[in-house]
Amino acid sequence: MSTTRRDFLRTGALAGAGLVIAFHVPESAQATDLAGKDTLAPNAYLRVAPDGSVTVMIARSELGQGSSTALAMLVAEELEADWQKVRIEQAVPGPAYGDMSTGGSASIRSLWKPMRKAGAQAREMLVGAAARLWKVEPASCHAANGEVVHGPSGRRLAYGALTSLAAHLPQPADPALKERKEFRVIGTAPARFDSPAKVDGSAVFGADVRVPGMLYASVAQCPVFGGKATGFDPATALKVPGVVRVERVGDGVAVLAKSTWAAFRGCETLRVTWDEGPLATLDSAAIRAKFAELAKQPGQTTRKEGRGAAALAGAARTLEAVYEVPYLAHTPMEPMNCTARVRPGACEVWVPTQSGSGVQKAAAQVAGLELGAVTVHMTLIGGGFGARHRQDYVEQAVLLSKAVGVPVQVVWTREDDIQHDRYRPATYNVLRAGLDATGTPIVWTHRIVAPGIATQMGFVKKGEPDWSSFDGAANLPYAIPDIEVDLVMHDPGIPLGWWRSVASSQNAYVTECFLDEVAAAAGRDPYELRRELLKDKPRHRAVLELAAQKAGWGPALPAGQGRGIAVHESFGSFVAQVAEVEAAEGGAVRVKRVVCAVDCGTMVHPDLVRSQMESGVIYGLSAALKSEITIEKGRVAQSNFNDYPMLTIDECPTIEVHLAPSGDPVGGIGEPGLPPLAPAVANAVYAATGKPVRRLPIGAG
Amino acid sequence: MTSIRLIVNGRTHTLDVDPETPLLWVLRETLGLTGTKYGCGAGLCGACTVLLDGEPARACQITAVQAVDKPITTIEGLSPDHQHPLQQAWLAEQVPQCGYCQSGQILSAAALLAKNPDPSDADIDRALSANLCRCGTYPRIRRAIHRAAKGGAR
Repeated sequence: MSTTRRDFLRTGALAGAGLVIAFHVPESAQATDLAGKDTLAPNAYLRVAPDGSVTVMIARSELGQGSSTALAMLVAEELEADWQKVRIEQAVPGPAYGDMSTGGSASIRSLWKPMRKAGAQAREMLVGAAARLWKVEPASCHAANGEVVHGPSGRRLAYGALTSLAAHLPQPADPALKERKEFRVIGTAPARFDSPAKVDGSAVFGADVRVPGMLYASVAQCPVFGGKATGFDPATALKVPGVVRVERVGDGVAVLAKSTWAAFRGCETLRVTWDEGPLATLDSAAIRAKFAELAKQPGQTTRKEGRGAAALAGAARTLEAVYEVPYLAHTPMEPMNCTARVRPGACEVWVPTQSGSGVQKAAAQVAGLELGAVTVHMTLIGGGFGARHRQDYVEQAVLLSKAVGVPVQVVWTREDDIQHDRYRPATYNVLRAGLDATGTPIVWTHRIVAPGIATQMGFVKKGEPDWSSFDGAANLPYAIPDIEVDLVMHDPGIPLGWWRSVASSQNAYVTECFLDEVAAAAGRDPYELRRELLKDKPRHRAVLELAAQKAGWGPALPAGQGRGIAVHESFGSFVAQVAEVEAAEGGAVRVKRVVCAVDCGTMVHPDLVRSQMESGVIYGLSAALKSEITIEKGRVAQSNFNDYPMLTIDECPTIEVHLAPSGDPVGGIGEPGLPPLAPAVANAVYAATGKPVRRLPIGAG
Repeated sequence: MTSIRLIVNGRTHTLDVDPETPLLWVLRETLGLTGTKYGCGAGLCGACTVLLDGEPARACQITAVQAVDKPITTIEGLSPDHQHPLQQAWLAEQVPQCGYCQSGQILSAAALLAKNPDPSDADIDRALSANLCRCGTYPRIRRAIHRAAKGGAR
């Protein structure tokens, strides 16, 4: 994983400084191959054909956020394209595109400049071609809506008539980009390119791929993390009609069959002997007890302001609370799957993935081939949320195809998905605050005990403070003079993964809920206290005020109901949410309304921003109200949507989204809608019941 | 293997199937109708929803044999030109995100509208509460169903 990729996954304020964006526009490699000689393909991101059509190559995964449409808008903006003639095509991983990892709400941020520059290059070449034909100065011509226009004479030529000449002109190294005030595509909301195929059944997701002669495979994996197969008896599986082979793959055993159903049934009957490994006695209670014990020791300081924790001694009043969050699975609707065809000297892979370039590397490695011998076809994807950066299911398909000599589609069951995910870490947090005699918060300390995702993946050196644990906590935005945030790293061994909004998914909850406890102790309104403490944070404060105003913050709700507010910055965007709940003490919680205000800097496509705020709220509601992965004897206790439920439509509140783009640099939208949701809801429950919610999901012990 | 007759999207197919095979896999792998999705295999998510005799059914929970001679509608057959009012409304409201659950959502909605041409939010919630969407398109699903009911798809 490159530095760029790693930094994009970061959530906190520091992330902005860490962004390394390649402004380089790759040479056209794939494009040239595909293009006829009359097609203009000045770089790898677009082609303009003699029929006037513009094809934009999408070098990221379309996970459902609509980024493929937004990326095409960036090209169309600078190309001055006729939007009706713009198409998109999924790029095939290769040297022209580099790292195609899709995560960290970074597709638009990372390609904001390269895609616009790509469009501008083509525009200048088309203008240059027209100027040559007309024997006039290029400066006397301009491009508009898919045509070049010569101002003085009013002559005009469509792009399609210019491509063959433009294709032979030199490529401008530094084409002029438009000023923001000149944008006419960015900021509009064209229909998504991917929608029509998603309403008539024609969309091809990973599991919909059919390769002639392929077998379907289901893989038995050790139920205990880190365990492996030591032996197996294929006899029962081979008796299932349709099952043709049983093969070892990695640490597991695969059943190959003529249908997915036969593979699943064969796998269920298969007898495997497992070496369960060292985690076979681990359980959630032990993990929690160990976290609590470690929380008594100081950790590594990740932020210190003023005197830090030492200032607690001088406070007129102090308060302390422990906040906990559980491990979480991603559960995208499409379970993990991959189709591979390994032939002598070549490998093809069809896969729903968040990392097309990573797939190419992983497949090449296990197939024993050069990178260039592996072709990766990135299909549509039934949900990502961070679940599809891993490559193990790709490796299974490639290894199996290599072993049996025919194409193989590996399909995980929902049970495989929930029990063999890479999970959002459980964390344990001790918070302390001190107030002065007037009730003003003067000191804040936060000790996090957590396993580190980035550490587990090798991106942070073991023992060093891991940003994937402290982001969203160390950058607490409030003006409190003495702050100390420290981190105790402890990894029980459960596999970890990037889960929508990463550390902000837990730290926004922990910090924003404790702030409401501070407000209660100070006798202050939680909204008014935030406003005051955010006096030097205009973007936080603007969304906070907008959400509060639109929600009608102020008058108390009837008994049994409560309103809660939270604000959080992540991935370059600022989001505040107000939740209204019905919560009887000890009873069920019903979320009735969520008001959301978002400042994502510069907004490319307002309707995509809205849909991602709605998505973040609903994904966040499942986590806040329902989701918990627990460990028993080293294995996940949950198995399907009956015991790892998600929010249903009848539980879905009214969601109101208010867009407040500040015009600052473009921020992410896939993740920032999630972090404020859990604390807004938990604070609303606190307001309704008088009891703080210190553990998620709400209602857990 | 058993020889069965299935009527799918108005076409009759005679097929040899393992009698225990769920309808889902016959649709997806024997007939190539991949718009019907596998999500849980346990009747918990609704991604495999089809219409059986006009009623929503979980294709992972019934065998192909149980569906013999009953008209089956999958997303591919909801409308000959993919211009069913719900499909138009789904596009007008830009409902899909990842899109994986949407076939099932649309078919559950079609069964609802067939019985209740002007459903309330509560009617919609009741009819679609077993169709999960992980991306969170629920607010737009409600809007799209109201739009289709009002006949104002565009």
